[in-house]
Amino acid sequence: MTLLAFKKHSVLPGFGLSLGYTVFYLSMIVLIPLSALFFKSATMGWTQFWTTVTDPRVVAAYQLTFGASLVAALINAVFGLLVAWVLVRYTFPGKRILDALVDLPFALPTAVAGIALTSLYAPNGWIGQYLDPLGIKVAFTPIGIVIALMFIGFPFVVRTVQPVLQDLELESEEAAACLGASRLQTFLTVILPTLIPSLLTGFTLAFARALGEYGSVVFISGNMPGRTEIASLLIITKLEQYDYAGATAIAVVMLVAAFVLLFAINLLQRWSSRFATR
Amino acid sequence: MSILIDNVSKNFGDFQAVADIRLEIQPGNLVALLGPSGCGKSTLLRLIAGLELPDSGQIWLEGQDATRQRLQERNIGFVFQHYALFKHLTVAQNIAFGLEVRKTPKAPIKARVEELLELVQLAGYGGRYPAQLSGGQRQRVALARALAVEPRVLLLDEPFGALDARVRKDLRAWLRRLHDEVHVTTIFVTHDPEEALEVSDTIVVMNKGRVEQVGSPVEIYDHPESAFVMSFLGQVNTLPNTPELFPQLSEAAREVLVRPHDLSLSVQAGGPSLTARVERLMYLGWQVQAELVLEAGQPLIVQLSREQADRLQLRPDQPVYVQVRNPKIFPAVAADKQLIEAAA
Repeated sequence: MTLLAFKKHSVLPGFGLSLGYTVFYLSMIVLIPLSALFFKSATMGWTQFWTTVTDPRVVAAYQLTFGASLVAALINAVFGLLVAWVLVRYTFPGKRILDALVDLPFALPTAVAGIALTSLYAPNGWIGQYLDPLGIKVAFTPIGIVIALMFIGFPFVVRTVQPVLQDLELESEEAAACLGASRLQTFLTVILPTLIPSLLTGFTLAFARALGEYGSVVFISGNMPGRTEIASLLIITKLEQYDYAGATAIAVVMLVAAFVLLFAINLLQRWSSRFATR
Repeated sequence: MSILIDNVSKNFGDFQAVADIRLEIQPGNLVALLGPSGCGKSTLLRLIAGLELPDSGQIWLEGQDATRQRLQERNIGFVFQHYALFKHLTVAQNIAFGLEVRKTPKAPIKARVEELLELVQLAGYGGRYPAQLSGGQRQRVALARALAVEPRVLLLDEPFGALDARVRKDLRAWLRRLHDEVHVTTIFVTHDPEEALEVSDTIVVMNKGRVEQVGSPVEIYDHPESAFVMSFLGQVNTLPNTPELFPQLSEAAREVLVRPHDLSLSVQAGGPSLTARVERLMYLGWQVQAELVLEAGQPLIVQLSREQADRLQLRPDQPVYVQVRNPKIFPAVAADKQLIEAAA
């Protein structure tokens, strides 16, 4: 199929121009830097590349990064939905302030967030001093990393679910109740399925953001090689040792894995919103 | 199923939506709740369904006090103006919803869905999503969904309000036939008198949260009990209080209303009549609407058949004599009069 076959008459002309701009923009901002990454890592040869990325320390970093990001995004999906629900469905004093607070993790420099969380959860910190006697260590463990990632990814789910929840017809809930559905049945069979696409979008954004996070995690993780060292930090370490090819090799694997995951979630999301005709 | 609404009231803040209504509905009846917007007809319907709770009074379903019964247990079919279909479910899944939540086995559900799709003339549409249907089709799906659970009573809130005129007319006739087939007690809310007259067995005219009159369409149209009912059900003229024409009118504070089709015109004087002058003639297909001005300067609308108008050879500025049939005389209450003007 040629490109022209996609072209349809629309109210706003300029398909050619806008597509051209889109391709150019994406190339400059995303594609060229990423392909440079691939070229750089290609300079080291296949065997060397394989040894670098299968090094136990690197594999541990991958596992930690993807695992912690996934857990944080899942927790954010649940509690983000809850916050969005409260913000949309209820009125209470201070609602607007709470609504504005949601965006704060976006605006705060992540290093500041990392330092604040570390001082809270360190064994002698405000919260850490109570958790420590219980044998729960948060700072300098994977739990701390998850908390940092939850913090930076939190707004995504709230902000993607909120508008959809707002547009939800109250009438379809009333219809479900008239048909005999309990509140739980109504939530599970009527409300949740219509929220799933936006919930998945929010989850994906939070997950992707967590994968690339560096600033907040380095402070709370303690950066112990093989235990609390994330991939981004490992890349910085390689760069400091002037091992540019090694750093890009780690990045390439991250990139490919992230792309595959995001693409899969995207397909899932499309399937979950199959009822909306385009 | 019989329904008894026993002195029910409902307020929203300072606004009294339903004011102490008492109403009995016979089993198998098709009832129209008719009234202007804001008269409380939708609130009354939602009270029957259990979507709202009354501030006072009881609602009896089949001789049982259902006032505090949860709406899930009332077994009522409710159809919303904007369909309220589940967008993420197919037509068949929508219809099956009420049966699924009741944990009915799969096979009977499938059979019931097929039967209902047939009934609402949508056989073969089971696999589609609501977004792929037209407005009229969606409303029929909503109706099938409500009927699937074999409700004791079917409630429809302005069911044809969101549809265009032609589809509305078809669906109206179809609803009437459907009711004759299914026989479930049905109440529907409408602000369109034509719709109420055409479809229902009984019309309940409501105004300002109260019931104005209950009766068959013919009773309501021919014997309105108040000026409000008369003017809400169709076009009316207010006549001057002339003692020579209406000797039965002793008191001055009375109001005489007459329908435009209950006035006849002649060019020669004869019998008791009003004198008027033709102002404008409108040819509306088979009928002619003549706008007259009475001597006192009051406007008067007369509907004639095309044939009558041709025989009289009416033209603007012509003097004519108006004979009055079936005038309706109501006590003229000041507040009532304002209502008539608001409704007109």
